[in-house]
Amino acid sequence: MRIESIQELEKLRKTLLNEMKKAKTRIRICAGTGCRACGAQEVIDAFRKEAEKQGLDLGVEIKGTGCHGFCERGTLVVIQPKGILYQTVKPEDVPEILSATVEGGEIIDRLLYVDPVSQEKITYEKDIPFYKKQKRLLLGMNPDIDPTDIMDYIACGGYSALGKALTQMTAEEVVAEVKTSGLRGRGGGGFPTGTKWETCRDAPGDLRYVICNADEGDPGAYMDRSLLEGNPHSVLEGMIIGAYAIGANEGYIYVRNEYPLAVENARKAIEEAKECGFLGEDIFSTGFEFDVKIARGGGAFICGESSALMTSLEGKPGRPKAKYIHTVKKGLWERPTNLNNVETWANVPLIINNGSQWYRATGTEGSKGTKIFSLVGKINNTGLVEVPMGMPLREIVYGIGGGVPGGKKLKAVQTGGPSGGCVPEDLIDMPVDFDQLTKAGSMMGSGGMIIMDENTCMVDVARYFLNFLKDESCGKCLPCREGIKRMLEILNRICEGRGVEGDVALLGEIAQTVQETSLCALGGSAPNPLLTTLKYFGDEYVAHVRDKKCPAGICKDLIAYAISEEKCNGCGACAKACPSKAIRGEKKKTHVIDHDLCTKCGICAETCRKQAIAAA
Amino acid sequence: MLNITINGKEMRAPEDQTVLQAARAAGAQIPTLCHHDALSPYGSCRLCVVEIVKNGRGRIVTSCNYPVEEGLSVLTDSKKVLTHRRMLMELLLARCPDVPIVRQTARKMGIEKPRFPQGKSDCILCGLCVRVCEERIGASAISFVNRGTEEDVSAPFNISSESCIGCGACASICPTGAINMETVQGLMRITRFNTAKQLHLCPSCGKPYVTELHLGWIGSRLGPHEHLTSLCPECRRMANARTMRLVRASVGPAAAMRAAAAPGNGTSAGQ
Repeated sequence: MRIESIQELEKLRKTLLNEMKKAKTRIRICAGTGCRACGAQEVIDAFRKEAEKQGLDLGVEIKGTGCHGFCERGTLVVIQPKGILYQTVKPEDVPEILSATVEGGEIIDRLLYVDPVSQEKITYEKDIPFYKKQKRLLLGMNPDIDPTDIMDYIACGGYSALGKALTQMTAEEVVAEVKTSGLRGRGGGGFPTGTKWETCRDAPGDLRYVICNADEGDPGAYMDRSLLEGNPHSVLEGMIIGAYAIGANEGYIYVRNEYPLAVENARKAIEEAKECGFLGEDIFSTGFEFDVKIARGGGAFICGESSALMTSLEGKPGRPKAKYIHTVKKGLWERPTNLNNVETWANVPLIINNGSQWYRATGTEGSKGTKIFSLVGKINNTGLVEVPMGMPLREIVYGIGGGVPGGKKLKAVQTGGPSGGCVPEDLIDMPVDFDQLTKAGSMMGSGGMIIMDENTCMVDVARYFLNFLKDESCGKCLPCREGIKRMLEILNRICEGRGVEGDVALLGEIAQTVQETSLCALGGSAPNPLLTTLKYFGDEYVAHVRDKKCPAGICKDLIAYAISEEKCNGCGACAKACPSKAIRGEKKKTHVIDHDLCTKCGICAETCRKQAIAAA
Repeated sequence: MLNITINGKEMRAPEDQTVLQAARAAGAQIPTLCHHDALSPYGSCRLCVVEIVKNGRGRIVTSCNYPVEEGLSVLTDSKKVLTHRRMLMELLLARCPDVPIVRQTARKMGIEKPRFPQGKSDCILCGLCVRVCEERIGASAISFVNRGTEEDVSAPFNISSESCIGCGACASICPTGAINMETVQGLMRITRFNTAKQLHLCPSCGKPYVTELHLGWIGSRLGPHEHLTSLCPECRRMANARTMRLVRASVGPAAAMRAAAAPGNGTSAGQ
């Protein structure tokens, strides 16, 4: 059914809302990749089967939705309109949820979220601190929509921004609005989006392109995945508006192949948008035409770099090129190309609908709007959080994240993935925005936020990221290819207890050249994790090199597990658990670890109920 | 023409020049390994890095592919630039310690032994072979494969390339001697790329002198002069000498020289 005008769109939206009111209860099950791994599809199937069995299906609407963000507690089920949230739901729980809660109006205690700090059980989603403290402008629609049904998106106001832009604004006005909004690229560069659009629009040439960079590759980052999986139309709408503003009639969404659900849902979204006339010819009867194709990556982190991505789109191996002439002027097939990240595109419909002044009201002076972070690592509430720029790091980690599990101490927060750096605990009150993170020596990056506790070895962190980059370096330029290899070599030696005086200085020398002479930002930013850990945690490097010790107890060659004679009660649990059979001891007598057999897996220390085993 | 400054000296450079071209024209010595005037710039070795100042901001860029700009200021031998070149050569020397051009270039910078464990590669991944085959020959018979430190140059799947014409441009342009072309039993063989091509025999002396495919490639570009390549260089030289003797005998030496030098003459005596 084609929508030819904003009036038709509005009429459809009202019709859909009226339809939705007919359902007395709406059951929303998170169907993002994370919850699917917890069995969400089985839960959805169970709901449909049970509802029919219990004769409930007429008044109850069951929907698999986009990612809710609270991934620690999957599978998530929200019962509207009351807003009751059940967590870690299994198919076995479904009959009871339907009969007790939906039919009987009772709350099932065991399925409620328990606040890790207050130990309180919380019934309603809106009261859970994890959600309450976020500002979910982008992710907020996810729990209410089925990403494979464009009608849900339209019911929530979708495509009204596109209608407004095409029928009530000129292309120049759209560019101006995005410029005024202060939106900065969310992929890591933080470049002012409106300025990028303007430069691309003004570049000479007959054909130009818009691209959505969905090649999200930072380890631990999955913001773009959840947006593209969970609300693909929000990204698509942003792209169409951008294409109109820039003067492009062709666009591409380059998705990493490792996101099959995102590829699938984006494909479906494009199909549905075409059917409704939001893609293709004469959109909203304005004569504007635009089409989008999906391209899939081949498993290379480097293809997230804009020039490598475009080279890959052209069918060649994804190796970057010099960008002394920017891709906005000469990009895909040497034509003006505007590339933006998934989250950047998703911000656009909001800015057009609500205006740049509304958008500017959120965030800080230099960083407007919200940012989605993937809060992962040593944190109680793992998941995706969307917060206004400028929220203090402390609030994100403790207020939303629920703090560090096991009562351990926070040590550092790593942001920006392999290009970023570690912010130490004593900077915890820092407002999180582009410029503050850069000032602290790290960077926003795409939004990965890895929480590290006292048992994280910072030298190992530097090694981890360099190891990742060594495998992902394209190999074209000498400093990145050879420099990363040699930095990793030295770090491996250091972590294995074979560090020598002068290693740290040599690391610094290599880092300098890799940073300043690499062809692209992969090499250019590769030394960042090393340099920030050296800056803030230099003493750990000294311990590794000079004392051959790993203070965090992680580097296997530098630690030895020992059983405390005082604390050990001879229960033998450790010996039973040990996969290498390295622990001996008589019942009720202190047990001993044989270091020749010990592989330092740490299972004994985790198993011991008396905290009698530790790495030293 | 644009106004630029190179090492403090003001000069004018054509708009379509790169900083490398402009700097070399000004007499600056800039080392390069992956650059060739006949090929597009690649930017792999990074040795040509220079320090530029534009609108008050300093940057390190590769000069081989940085276009000249109005008001650009370039330093080709600043302390920073020299430090980077040294580190780059040290890294390269550790990868290819036995390659003469690498040892020489490193030695010129005072680097004899790198501070890293040495490998033994003979390929500096400059891409000259790949680029000459793609841009000049148009065969694209070889390309880069793999990623990172595993990167290498080969024919697809390391099988004898069907697109290769056996011209040996890759062997000729390779700065390290890593690519070798040899004649073995009527075939031209490049072992590194597992590729062998049939050689054409000279109709006069019977010796192999060019591959069939290369002969065709040259022929299609020579048009009316295609016959110039029908004999091997030795036989061709002897045939031309014979012709010249005959011509001189009939019209005299001066007229013979003029006739030989005229375009479209049909001999290669003009060489």
